[in-house]
Amino acid sequence: MNKNASIRKVGDITVVELKGKITIGAGDLQMREAIHAVLNEGARKLIIDMSQVTTIDSSGVGELVGCFTTATHKGAKVKLMNLPAKISDVLTVTQLITVFDVYPSEAEAVASFAG
Amino acid sequence: MTSTTPGPIVLWLSSRYENIELAQAALAHVCRQRGIDAEMEHWIGMALREAVANAVKHGNRLDPEKRVLVRFGGTGNELTMVIGDEGAGFDPERVSDPLAPENQMKTSGRGIFYIRTFMDDVAFSRGEGGGTVLTMRKDLSKRGNAKGEKE
Repeated sequence: MNKNASIRKVGDITVVELKGKITIGAGDLQMREAIHAVLNEGARKLIIDMSQVTTIDSSGVGELVGCFTTATHKGAKVKLMNLPAKISDVLTVTQLITVFDVYPSEAEAVASFAG
Repeated sequence: MTSTTPGPIVLWLSSRYENIELAQAALAHVCRQRGIDAEMEHWIGMALREAVANAVKHGNRLDPEKRVLVRFGGTGNELTMVIGDEGAGFDPERVSDPLAPENQMKTSGRGIFYIRTFMDDVAFSRGEGGGTVLTMRKDLSKRGNAKGEKE
């Protein structure tokens, strides 16, 4: 049981809903474990729902980058959706917002896999 | 902004990540005392979290016997935060630029960049005991945003 992440499916897409703080010693490792677990179970289309993330720090951002790299190496695609403004700002100042595929809604994130 | 400026608040924390929350709680108290709004508190808090995390992880190397100093001070429209560790010292010049293309996908190396972005002045020095002392200053008269732009 991971209190910082829950998993659900939308067709063949796996949605990882993150919650609370994604920070050092708190939610960062739980996020990595949750995403690695679904990748190891064969998920190749992932959407990370950030809507309930309250804080992310450099450690959390680093783990997000690491998960993105791991997914890419496994042939999986990862998209982010519903970024709160402050989380978006944190990714923007380090120019990572251009690295991640970010969508404002689940409908748009799901539709992006059809293209 | 309120005109009253209380005296400094000093904490000595053991080197555990969970103590970052204590530092954050102390900052919330300081912000209430100083009339700092939630938006500014959020970004100052992010710099504080990064600084304490660095002191715990890189400075004191997670040795719970080693302490982290957190000091809130400043007067008027200035808030200062001093974070000290009891580690072996640190050369900020050796920190790589997280915006450089070759560093963009690294999983670490963004903490000090965030601190410099969210605070107005940042200075590293050597502590009396040999550790690192990070002094950060925020100008409370300006509304800062995440991109470091000041109005």
